[in-house]
Amino acid sequence: MARAFTPKVLTANRLLEGDVVYLGADNTWVLNHADALYLTDEMQAQTFLAQAKTRPDYLVGAYLADAQMQNGKPAPVHFRERFRTLGPSNYAHGKQETLDV
Amino acid sequence: MYSYNDFDKTFNQTRVDQFRAQVARRIDGSLTEDEFKPLRLMNGVYLQLHAYMLRVAIPYGTLRSAQMQQLAMIADKYDRGYGHFTTRQNIQFNWPVLNEIPDILQDLADVEMHAIQTSGNCIRNVTADHFAGASADEIEDPRPTAELLRQWSTDHPEFAFLGRKFKIAITGAPNDRAVTKAHDIGLRMVRNGAGDAGYEVIVGGGLGRTPMIGKVLRPFLPRADLLPYLESVMQIYNVLGRRDNKYKARIKITVHENGIEKIRELVEERFVIQRAAFGGFDQELLAQLEAAFAPPTFIKAPLDDYQTAYKTDPIFRSFIDTNISAHKNVDYAIVSISIKKQGQTPGDATSQQMRMMAKLAEKYAHDELRISHEQNVILPHVHKSHLYDVFKSLQSVALATANIGLISDIIACPGMDYCALATARSIPIAQQIATRFDELKLENDIGPMKIKISGCINACGHHHVGHIGILGLDRAGVENYQITLGGDGTQDANIGERAGPGFSYDDIIPAVERIIYTYLDIRDGAQETFLQTYKRLGAEPFKAALYPATRVAAQ
Repeated sequence: MARAFTPKVLTANRLLEGDVVYLGADNTWVLNHADALYLTDEMQAQTFLAQAKTRPDYLVGAYLADAQMQNGKPAPVHFRERFRTLGPSNYAHGKQETLDV
Repeated sequence: MYSYNDFDKTFNQTRVDQFRAQVARRIDGSLTEDEFKPLRLMNGVYLQLHAYMLRVAIPYGTLRSAQMQQLAMIADKYDRGYGHFTTRQNIQFNWPVLNEIPDILQDLADVEMHAIQTSGNCIRNVTADHFAGASADEIEDPRPTAELLRQWSTDHPEFAFLGRKFKIAITGAPNDRAVTKAHDIGLRMVRNGAGDAGYEVIVGGGLGRTPMIGKVLRPFLPRADLLPYLESVMQIYNVLGRRDNKYKARIKITVHENGIEKIRELVEERFVIQRAAFGGFDQELLAQLEAAFAPPTFIKAPLDDYQTAYKTDPIFRSFIDTNISAHKNVDYAIVSISIKKQGQTPGDATSQQMRMMAKLAEKYAHDELRISHEQNVILPHVHKSHLYDVFKSLQSVALATANIGLISDIIACPGMDYCALATARSIPIAQQIATRFDELKLENDIGPMKIKISGCINACGHHHVGHIGILGLDRAGVENYQITLGGDGTQDANIGERAGPGFSYDDIIPAVERIIYTYLDIRDGAQETFLQTYKRLGAEPFKAALYPATRVAAQ
C-alpha cells in the first residue's frame, strides 16, 4: 500500500548563491521556511515540484521536504531540514544571522 | 620549494578560462545542472547544505607565505572572512557565489594554486607528512616525489574516470604522520640493505563504509621504478575494480576480493611492460624537483634569550612543551600552530589569522607553511632564537593554544553544519569535548589523545583511526553517535573497535568523559598513554563505563 502523503514544503538551492529557498505564495521563492507554502495535497505538491524543475536558470536540486505546522507556520520535521533553515550551528554566520529565523 | 614552470602556468590558466566559460554557459542556460555538475566537481566546486563550497588543493600540504596571503584575501573578498583546513590538507571556502568562483580560481592561479582534482573519480591531491623536509626522524623529504606524482596524475587521461576516487599519501619518516596505511596507495620512503633509496608500496587501505588497513604490495621498490609501478597498479585497478556498486568500487575492495597475492601477480606482470615505456625522463624531472626542494639556508644565532624566556614565562614554556617538534637541525624547531582553540571550529582560520601565519612564515620560517591532515598549520623551520617572537605574535591572534596532540586537538569533518552528505553534526561535538576538558583542567594530565569525529560513514574525520572515534549517524530522524576505541593512524595503524550502541547528541559528551575517567583510573601511571592502556586491558573496562546499566541488567 502506498504511504499516505504527509505535508511538505518545496525547497531547493538558488543557482547563483547556492542558498536555501522555499516555494512561497504566488509562485515566489522565499528564504524563510516560515514563509513557505504548506503543501497538503500530493498532486499539487508534485505539480509544483515539476514546475520547479523547469527553472534551472534559478534553482538547483528541488525536492519536497516534510513539514509540520508550528504556531501557525510551516516548520521542518527532520533535523537536517531544520539546519537548512538556520545555517551552521557551530556559530551564527548563516541565515540565522541575516534573517529573522 | 617548487615553482610552476611554463607548462604548469599555461595548463592552470587554460583550466581557469575553461571553467569561466562553463560557468557562463550554466548561468545563461546552455548547460543543464546535470551537464554542469561533473564540470564543477572537476574544479572543486560542491553545492553544500547552505551554499557552494570551493575546495582548494594544497599539494602535499605545502604553502608559501604569499599563497597563504592570497587565501586570506580570497576569504575576505569572496567569502565570510575565514577558510576551513581539511583532513586532506586542502582548504575549503564555505560561501562562494557561483559566478565569482572563476575569479577565485584566477586569483589562485596567480599564486600557482588551483582546485583541480579535489573531487571526482580521479587521483586526488597527493598528501604527505606535514613535517616533510624538517623532521628529525626523516629519512628523506617526500615532497619531490609528491610533486612528481602531482605532475604525473594531473589530468592523466587514463585515470580521469576511475571507478572511484583514488588517494595517495607519502611519508619519508618511519613515524607515519601521513596515515599512509589508510590510503588507496601509501608510500613509505625506505632504504634497502644496500642503502639504496626506494619505497615501500602499500595498497588497499581506506576508511569510509568499509575501513581497511593497507597491505604491503612491494616491500622495496627502487626509486626509478615508481611511476611505471604506480601506473601498473592503477591499470590493474582500472580494469579489475568494480563499477557495479559504488560502495565496492575503491581499490581496498578490489584487493580484498581478489587477494593481495593476485593483485601483486597482476601488477608485476603489467609492470614489465610499463617499465619499458619509461625512458628516464621521470627521473630527470625528479632530480630537478629534489633541487627545488633543497633545504633552506639555516641561520646560526645565540639561544640565550630563548632559554631565558623558556625559564621565566610559564605560558611560553607550556606552548614549547606541547606544540614544538624536533627539527633535523638542533637549533631549529617545528612549530605546530593549533587551529583548535577550545570551543572554536577545528580547522577554521580567520583571514587575520592566515595573514599572521603568512607573515610569520615569511619572517621566521624561510617562507614555508604546511597544513596537516590534523587540521593544523605548521611553521616547519623556525630558529629557536625566534620562537618567543613567534609565540607572542601567535598569541595576539588567538593562535597560541598549547594543545597539539591533546584531547582538544580534535579532527572533525564539517558534518551537518555544512556538508550535504552528512548524517549528523561533528563540529559542535568537538567544540563541547574541547571546552569540557578545558574546564576540567585535565588536558595535560590525560596526555596524548586523538579524538576524531565524522558526521557520516564516509569518514572524512578519520574516526576509525582515532584513539576515540566518534561517528555521527541519523537514527530514525535523531542524531546518534557511535564510539570506536583503540584506533591508530600511525605506522602501527589499527581500526578502532566499536564500543556498542550509540549515544544521543546530549549523551555523547558525558560518554566520552566516562571513557577518560576510566582511563585515568586504570592506567599504569601517568606515563601510560590511553592507547597503551587500551592495548594492555582491551575495550572491556571502557565498555563497562560506557554502558553500566546494560551490564547490570545482563547480570
